[in-house]
Amino acid sequence: MTVAHAVTANRLRDGIPVYRTEDGGWSPQFSAVGQLATAAEAEAIAAAAGAVNGKDAVVGAYAITVEVDGAAVRPTSLRERIRAEGPTVQPLAAMRKAS
Amino acid sequence: MYRYDEFDHDFLAERVAQFGDQVARRLSGELTEEEFRPLRLMNGLYLQLHAYMLRIAIPYGTLSATQLRALAHVARRYDNGYGHFTTRQNMQFNWIKLEEVPQAMADLAAAEMHGIQTSGNCIRNVTADQWAGVAPDEIEDPRVWCEIIRQWSTLHPEFSFLPRKFKIAVTGSPHDRAAVRVHDIGLRLHRNEAGEIGFEVMVGGGLGRTPYIAKTIREFLPKQDLLSYLEAILRVYNQLGRRDNIYKARIKILVHALGAEKIAELVEAEWQQMRDGALKLPQATIDAISTHFAPPDYPTRDPMPPQLMAARLRDPDFARWLRSNVAPHRVPGYAIVSISLKPEGAPPGDCTAGQMDALADLSERYSFGETRVTHEQNLVFPHVAQEHLPELWRALDALELATPNIGLASDIIACPGLDYCSLANARSIPVAQHLGQRLGALDRQHDLGNLQVKISGCINACGHHHVGHIGLLGVDKNGEEFYQITLGGSAADDASLGAILGPAVAYDKVVDTVASLVEGYVGLRENGERFLDTYRRVGAAPFKERLNAAR
Ligand code: SF4
Repeated sequence: MTVAHAVTANRLRDGIPVYRTEDGGWSPQFSAVGQLATAAEAEAIAAAAGAVNGKDAVVGAYAITVEVDGAAVRPTSLRERIRAEGPTVQPLAAMRKAS
Repeated sequence: MYRYDEFDHDFLAERVAQFGDQVARRLSGELTEEEFRPLRLMNGLYLQLHAYMLRIAIPYGTLSATQLRALAHVARRYDNGYGHFTTRQNMQFNWIKLEEVPQAMADLAAAEMHGIQTSGNCIRNVTADQWAGVAPDEIEDPRVWCEIIRQWSTLHPEFSFLPRKFKIAVTGSPHDRAAVRVHDIGLRLHRNEAGEIGFEVMVGGGLGRTPYIAKTIREFLPKQDLLSYLEAILRVYNQLGRRDNIYKARIKILVHALGAEKIAELVEAEWQQMRDGALKLPQATIDAISTHFAPPDYPTRDPMPPQLMAARLRDPDFARWLRSNVAPHRVPGYAIVSISLKPEGAPPGDCTAGQMDALADLSERYSFGETRVTHEQNLVFPHVAQEHLPELWRALDALELATPNIGLASDIIACPGLDYCSLANARSIPVAQHLGQRLGALDRQHDLGNLQVKISGCINACGHHHVGHIGLLGVDKNGEEFYQITLGGSAADDASLGAILGPAVAYDKVVDTVASLVEGYVGLRENGERFLDTYRRVGAAPFKERLNAAR
């Protein structure tokens, strides 16, 4: 397993977590996250991200680390895993629907 | 209930239009995030882990059926079908889109609701006893005073940029259900020796990083002087509060640095200059606001309705609910009904849109259209005829809203924690869910009585862990979730802060550890003792042993 760097933010118009892709766009899918070799590279991209306007504008971009295990990539921290995968608890509405 | 006057309506309509414009300018890129952030926060709009979060004030925790339906509508239309009641008697929606906020705010404004002053360094939503106006021991309805404070503090130009946020709570009963001693200002209505009603004024309480119990700086304040005295406190704070250090900026730090006597002196000096000025409350104003809180016209009801007696004997589940969720009312033949938002295994404080709509209907049928929100994250129907209790219970049960656990071990307070909150260190909700199930089972086995477990996901203490009989605080240890356990806290008349029991416990051990502490209490308790009483009598040692064994 190796550690790589990446950039995340929240999308301005709806607040959902998005991930910087290799081609410089933003995707709500964590699986599309682009890997960067160094923290400095990730931080530089994050610092510039807030200046972009338009439909894909993002807020509060920052660098994260990800664990890479072959084809499997996941955020290192629990906080980022929860952002990427959603709350670890079923919200009440979903519990009620399921029952 | 208080209804907006023309001024309130106009102001809110203007604010909704203004914020709609600000959102449009942000989306177009005209405003930067730096410029926009303070504007959205002023309207209660945060950015959290998964989306925007909109916090709606519920003044003094009182909701009309129309307002409850408006919340249901927002949950359904703009959120994921549910909302979360918080320890501040507010509602939070966790899945809000910025582009839809202006419409959501307009829909809420139509029901006289908003998120203004639910964030920022201003005077926040004023909280009150959820049994206001109906508690048998009440001296006077505190909501009259909350409303007076609300009007005074809304957009108060001098107090819109305080050193830090500012929270006020009011109780009108000797028995404190509003946790007034853990607020920046706590007000308690009581009678002096001459039989007049006034306020005991407490200052400098609060939880968070540096928890303190408030100090009384005035035993008796005549009612007409309330606003001038509050203004004097806020002025002293505004001038001397530590703006240089966010961790020292709350008034509690000032009160405890200078001492209560010194603060009382400074406030007194300030107050003497203005006590008979424009803020002195004319009796006519007090009377006019009081009329909004006049009790409903209660039809005479049987104080011992036979159908209630019969249902109690027939159905042990109903009898159990009566014992834990129903309290005496000041009017014979009526009862106060608490509605638990803590079904075992569910996230504390969550309520679906369907439940809110159904509750609005039930409140109209059984509670004069009124619902209250508690700081324990439950709801209350304040005016239920006793003869209606069996049918109300059946209706609530069908909605999964009749869990008989008010004040019991599974009635756990928990903040949103790491599942939603961007400030969190650790999760609160799953701990509450598992612990609720575990303690619920122990309660059925051992009849644990009143036991308050409170969980916060970080030191900001939104889950009030310092004043839990058992408090859990989520901490981050090298990227792992751990929980620091405190014992012996209380938010009631005997307010006290819990003491840390020992080293923090890992996520996968915390439920077993707390269960073991509760089992320890069962072995040690004497006649009728609550967990808190036993802890206060025997001290921490036997619980420490259990903590060390369980870790
Ligand atoms: S206590 Fe911390 S984690 Fe919990 S809601 Fe408050 S800020 Fe968030």
